[in-house]
Amino acid sequence: MTGPHPHDAPPSAIEQRVATLEALLTDKGLVNAEFLDAIVRSYENDIGPRNGARVVARAWTDPEYQQRLLAEGTPAIAELGFGGPEGQHVVVVENRPSVHNVIVCTLCSCYPWALLGLPPVWYKSPPYRARMVREPRAVLREMGLELADDVEIRVWDSSAEIRYLVLPQRPAGTEDLDEEQLTALVTRDGMVGVAAL
Amino acid sequence: MRGIEAPPRRNGELVFAAPWEGRVFAMAIALQQRLAVPWDDFRHRLIAEIERDPQRPYYESWLAALEALTADLPGDQSS
Repeated sequence: MTGPHPHDAPPSAIEQRVATLEALLTDKGLVNAEFLDAIVRSYENDIGPRNGARVVARAWTDPEYQQRLLAEGTPAIAELGFGGPEGQHVVVVENRPSVHNVIVCTLCSCYPWALLGLPPVWYKSPPYRARMVREPRAVLREMGLELADDVEIRVWDSSAEIRYLVLPQRPAGTEDLDEEQLTALVTRDGMVGVAAL
Repeated sequence: MRGIEAPPRRNGELVFAAPWEGRVFAMAIALQQRLAVPWDDFRHRLIAEIERDPQRPYYESWLAALEALTADLPGDQSS
């Protein structure tokens, strides 16, 4: 490696706290560096919205799969090889012309990691967490999604046990696309419910 | 401090804004698995830390929750 690197600078206070904590937990035999590296790598490289997009594209092209997915999300996503830690259930909520779903975690940042990766900064922010349950239509409008007045908005507050995922409506004019092409249309924001596709 | 900075994702977002965030995240995951405790245990501490200082950067609350959990660990855990 050449050139200056940010971590050649002396560690910040918070970096010191983190290093101290890691050393403590390592000494106690509770974590090891290689395992931590692997976790970071998997969330930076492997686990992301493309997983959820595959689930959505499968649901659009396979009506029986969609039925299973909406009835019980956790086993259905496991069919495609996706799943979270034990005890974490995924519930998939379907957008329809008359119903728009959106997910939030009002208390912290619970989110369907296995399908979307880690949440974006705005999802974790106090304004989003507080306002989405109180005034969803206004927040969605501010985020660029305008919904007609007769569209019902359902806000799903996630918890440690239940992580919600939105099944967006399939865009018009996509009848001839295959599953791979459909996967590319599905966005993270669409699966959170803050954007149309 | 270990860890390299990952490139932003295709949509321009960084998964972790700094290596320490990834470290803190990974420690919580690893600890929860190692201790075989429900995620809810950590989550309650996280919620309390967020409430304590709602404007604090998110992963600082996460770190505080992890420190609190660690402080409550019984005795020596080395196997």
